[in-house]
Amino acid sequence: MTFPLLSIIVFTPITFGVLLLFFPAENHRAIRVTALIGATIALGASVFAYFSYDQAAAGYQFIEKVPWIPTFGISYHVGVDGMNLPLVLLTGVVMFTGVLISWGIDDRPRDFFAFLFILATGVFGVFASLDLFQLFFFYEIAVFPMYLLIAIWGWKVTREYAAMKLTLYLFVGSVIALIGGLAMYFAAGMNSFDMLELESAGFSTVFQKIWFPFVFFGFAVLGGIFPVHNWSPDGHVAAPTAVSMFHAGVLMKLGAFASLRVGIMLLPEGAKFWAPLILALATVNVVYGAFIASVQTDFKYVIGFSSVSHMGLVLLGFATLNLDGMTGAGIQMFSHGVMTALFFAVVGMVYDRAHTREIPRLGGFAKLMPLVAVAFIIGGLVSMGMPGFSGFIAEFPIFMGLWQTQPIVAIIAAISIVITAGYIMRVVGRVFFGELPAEFEGKITPINNLDRLALVVLAAILILIGVYPSIMAPLVESGAEAVLALVGGA
Amino acid sequence: MSFSNFEPATILAILPEILLLGLAIIILLVDLLFKRSEKSFLGWLTAIGLTVILVVTLAYSRPTGEDPLILGGMLRHDWPAYTFNIVLIFAAAITAILSVGIPEIADRGEYFALLVVATMGMNLMAASADLVMLFLAIETTSIPLYILAGFLKGDNKSTESGLKYFLFGAVTSAVMLYGFSLLYGLTGETNIYRLAEAMRVGELSPLLLGGTALLVLVGFAFKISAAPFHFWSPDVYEGAPTPITAFISTASKAAGFAVLIRFMLAVFPAIEAEWTWILAIMATLTMTIGNILALAQTNIKRLLAYSSVAHAGYALIGLVALSTLGTASVVFYLATYILTNLAAFAVVIVFARAAGSEEIANYAGLSRRSPYLSLAFLIAMLSLGGMPPLVGFVAKFYVFAAAVQSGWIWLAFVGVLNAIIGLYYYLTVLKVVYLYRSEEDDNLIPVPRSYAFALALCSLAIILIGTLSAPWFNWAMNAAQSLF
Repeated sequence: MTFPLLSIIVFTPITFGVLLLFFPAENHRAIRVTALIGATIALGASVFAYFSYDQAAAGYQFIEKVPWIPTFGISYHVGVDGMNLPLVLLTGVVMFTGVLISWGIDDRPRDFFAFLFILATGVFGVFASLDLFQLFFFYEIAVFPMYLLIAIWGWKVTREYAAMKLTLYLFVGSVIALIGGLAMYFAAGMNSFDMLELESAGFSTVFQKIWFPFVFFGFAVLGGIFPVHNWSPDGHVAAPTAVSMFHAGVLMKLGAFASLRVGIMLLPEGAKFWAPLILALATVNVVYGAFIASVQTDFKYVIGFSSVSHMGLVLLGFATLNLDGMTGAGIQMFSHGVMTALFFAVVGMVYDRAHTREIPRLGGFAKLMPLVAVAFIIGGLVSMGMPGFSGFIAEFPIFMGLWQTQPIVAIIAAISIVITAGYIMRVVGRVFFGELPAEFEGKITPINNLDRLALVVLAAILILIGVYPSIMAPLVESGAEAVLALVGGA
Repeated sequence: MSFSNFEPATILAILPEILLLGLAIIILLVDLLFKRSEKSFLGWLTAIGLTVILVVTLAYSRPTGEDPLILGGMLRHDWPAYTFNIVLIFAAAITAILSVGIPEIADRGEYFALLVVATMGMNLMAASADLVMLFLAIETTSIPLYILAGFLKGDNKSTESGLKYFLFGAVTSAVMLYGFSLLYGLTGETNIYRLAEAMRVGELSPLLLGGTALLVLVGFAFKISAAPFHFWSPDVYEGAPTPITAFISTASKAAGFAVLIRFMLAVFPAIEAEWTWILAIMATLTMTIGNILALAQTNIKRLLAYSSVAHAGYALIGLVALSTLGTASVVFYLATYILTNLAAFAVVIVFARAAGSEEIANYAGLSRRSPYLSLAFLIAMLSLGGMPPLVGFVAKFYVFAAAVQSGWIWLAFVGVLNAIIGLYYYLTVLKVVYLYRSEEDDNLIPVPRSYAFALALCSLAIILIGTLSAPWFNWAMNAAQSLF
């Protein structure tokens, strides 16, 4: 029996979450410290997994497989390769920094961390999953705590609406995908939900063309694909900071990853058939998301729509169905996750102090919170795809891949880079520089060390990948090769 | 009918029913011996008695490999009957525990005796293989339930509930009995298995058979509160004493399904296609009507009533699939639904005791008034909504899987779309519990020990069976296989 590293990563959060429920509700300090211990263990284990993955050998590693519901050929089956390992690491990072950022939550912190940790287990479980049933199981676990987290601790104005909208959108998507999954299971006739076995099921082309949209778009709802992206900015804005980080940073990747894992990898012929539609929709995501972001006056909505735009790039990368595009999409998922977590952390810090997110009413925050300003600018540079930052490493291959398949799409999508630069510059200029409005004079308290640690960790990762891409790029490329081996061609 | 080949093994087969009858008599005797103020232990006596019966049933009443038709073909002692027996006795035991804390009924021996008798009737329903026996079993179940629904004599709503239940029940029973009489007239048989054989040979007109089937279906649809025979349920659920509401919405419904499954698989294979289409339409209507009407409810018992209508619809999907997997998924669905709904009603009772209200709006601030009660409610509601790792998810998964396997893909889609509507109103309730504040936030809600026990038991089972469903589902598969 090998060391169950992935199981430890998957089940540490929920163990701590349940443990927290037995704490006395008033003992906030003990609750926070315990939460931080749990998050640190999960992060430590995922970092360990990331660096002990044998790149030379590639393929799925740290595999564990235990029969779960044998009647249906369902097993608990986890393993990571170049595609999902970075995402496991991402979840660890966002969870850890999310706990740091949420230190100040005073309303029922016990329940907050418990729900957040249940959510984290769901996310880890999906990323590590090699069994289709298990993937659905954890996927739903990741969806419902979101509702409570946003509805209870979110922004009072829109939280009820946004939480319900988000939950229903995601649930609709996932149950439609579930029917698709069941159709695959019975069509394969192998009495197995094991995705590694289903890969070789040899579904007929007609079957793949019929069911691919159900599965792919069902999951892509959570990836924020146009025109069902609408839940995402509302959800981001209404959520409390740590949940926005999770939400935009990790949850949207969950949708994108599941569309890839179940849609493209199990139904490759369907993917080829439907790729033009995905390209078209994702292009709308990229350009339209960027345009909408640039006219928002609410700081958080800017970031919310920028997520829609950037997730479009991930989907574009998938739809190229070639090595460059796929690799870029893989790196973009990680890079965007860290970047957007950083953005939302910054927005949260500004909002907690200024109590407004209206960009015209803000200004001059760089003088009061220099580290926050630097962190945001780093995130901004990543977002624009500036060389030297992780965004470049991710977006460049995507555009290369696009150029090989659809040069026109590449040109249209590239417009978004200019628009992104525009709105990021505007936000930086308005919020962090310029005059500090008189109403904030002397009222802005500095951020604490935990916040600083979170910002530094996130920013450091973005720069590290930017200047030293071989820490991630070859790994993701090996994962992308495995995907393309199934798709064939290219 | 002949009783000549009577064997001691037969006693073991009907042991649960004999013991239940014994328990009812014991309760009535004990009731006579004590003064009113000393009788609050009756609920526990019933619960413990039922638990003992449950254990005895598990240990000694297992179906043997021999001919399952016993007592001259009156009963069929097989795995489905055995499975339903266990589930039903469990539901009765929990109901007895839930009744302990309610002042008007906790010291009433006849209440518990009627509960036990109704349970006996349900057990017989699950095993009946003869039209006469079936009708008697249904009436043995229904009549005590009519009385129990109207048990709170001082409460107009309860009286209304009992009367309504009785009137609806009597009419549908009559229609069903008419159907039975036609079946007997057409075939000259009352045993449902021989009757099926006679129909196959007899080359009867499908129209005639279909019409008869519809008459019989009326009675069964009433029992499971399937649309369009669900109209009684919200009023009856709202007015009845809450433990009885819980009992009617779980055990009585499961017993109705037990009958429906057996009857349908035995009697109507000849007209399979039309029969499944009727059931498919009924399932669609039941789910959709239940869920849509639940959206507008402001009373928690009425909400759960419509939700229970909707759940009957989901379970019907498994029956439409008409396969071993489908039947197993129905059995599994019902067993887990019982568990979940009992937990939900337990919370409703505890809250009503402390706050004196069944309005959803008054649940505001519950998460501050009692975090653990809210957590139990969260688990029950999300399980009803079909969220993992709770048991409602796997139960729905099996049902939808059965539908897809048998090619009823549109029905599976109807099911999942309904699940979304369902999730919406369960979340709306949870929103009130977790999000809204009330002026009584600091007014803690005490959870009596008996309820804490029942809630902890159900919640743990919901999570445990939800994550490790394999052995339980295999049991259901086992039960289903003996019907094919």
